Amino acid sequence: MRDKILYIIGAVALILLARDMYLITGFPAEANQGAIFKIIFFHVPMAITALTCAMVAFVASILFLITKNFQYDALAVAVTEVGLAFLAGNLITGSIWGRVAWGIWWAWDARLTSALVCWLLYAGYLMLRNAIEEPTQRATFAAVFSIFAFIDVPIVIFSIKWWRTQHPQPVFWGGGSFPPDWSAVFGWQMLAILLVGVVFTAVRLRQEQFQREIDSLRRMAHAL
Amino acid sequence: MAFVRQVLVIMAKDLRAELRTKEAINASLSFALVVLLLFSFAFDPSEETTREISGGLLWIVFAFAGTLLLNRSFARELNNDCLDALISAPISGAALFLGKALANYVLVLAVELIALPLFGVFYNVRWTSQFWQLMMVIALATWGMTVTGTMFSALTVNIRLREVMLPILNFPILIPALLGAMQLTSALVAGKPIAADNDAWLKMLIGFDVMYTAVSVFLVETVLVGG
Repeated sequence: MRDKILYIIGAVALILLARDMYLITGFPAEANQGAIFKIIFFHVPMAITALTCAMVAFVASILFLITKNFQYDALAVAVTEVGLAFLAGNLITGSIWGRVAWGIWWAWDARLTSALVCWLLYAGYLMLRNAIEEPTQRATFAAVFSIFAFIDVPIVIFSIKWWRTQHPQPVFWGGGSFPPDWSAVFGWQMLAILLVGVVFTAVRLRQEQFQREIDSLRRMAHAL
Repeated sequence: MAFVRQVLVIMAKDLRAELRTKEAINASLSFALVVLLLFSFAFDPSEETTREISGGLLWIVFAFAGTLLLNRSFARELNNDCLDALISAPISGAALFLGKALANYVLVLAVELIALPLFGVFYNVRWTSQFWQLMMVIALATWGMTVTGTMFSALTVNIRLREVMLPILNFPILIPALLGAMQLTSALVAGKPIAADNDAWLKMLIGFDVMYTAVSVFLVETVLVGG
């Protein structure tokens, strides 16, 4: 049953992605930037998916500390890994855009820097997990660190924003605007990439559960 | 009142243990000196260029040297299972944490206050013109560094690669605080007092300190018992 739901979500995401890709290639090039502007259809949804992942990880970590239910720990690690992958995608697409629009791969601009800091924060989370053997300790310490990291995200974003900014003002909520038919495609694209995130997380979650089962079987074998 | 006394007892114990052996503070001080020396090779230590980046240099030295001290904070208790004894002592985890954090705070501040005049001498920087505001910035940013550092010291005490994990966890979390401290310190060392254009950093530092102190005190029991 769960498998089927997962396959259906995956198929929907794929169909949406294919459809959006077809429509996006049909759009005219943007007046100032040309075709490279279309990377926004991947760049921004990836950032939003990564942020959603961070939020889910935060909530799952709190729930783990309250309930001590390892399901939440598995969810936290699954969603953090997927979020890191999406944030990496966001950084890479941004870098490609920057090479064309600014002529450089990387600028120490506010948004780029804070995205990189967030990436490092959550990479630290995974490293911390790797360094701890005992499952209860690993889950507890990782949850505490995840809470610390999530609190840091807004402080990082605002402090680096005061520091300097050269990133184009956000197209959404920042003065720019899309033609209406672009907005619709953007919405669908957002949904498609979020669904990809959901599928990845579910697969990773399952791996985590199998891992726990294997561990407990191994312990049982040792006990015998 | 009992809580305050417990905090002070833990703090006095840690300071006494450190001052008798002086192992961490000596290591931290000599490390700070080595890094200060290395900077002179990295760029031309003439006055104008140094002033502009002095805040950044100082806080890199402080953060590295502080990490050496913070690493020892809980690791010191591993011998003879002292950590288990402390956890099972009839005091709250928050008292244990705050006591240790305060002891670390005193030690890190001591290293910083020795490194600062040395920096002034070596790089010919007259850093005393805004003395009290500079002290305030150092006090605030160091507390932020100490409170998260002590928490992560407790988090990493029992794990593999302890010495490496602490900076990997602590520095990214600290980036806003260090960034604010660097900006303010550069301005203050150049003789400009904190004004309307940079007092947002000061507020951010205060907010950082308050928030992380609260979260740490709230979560430390989980870390100590859950380990």
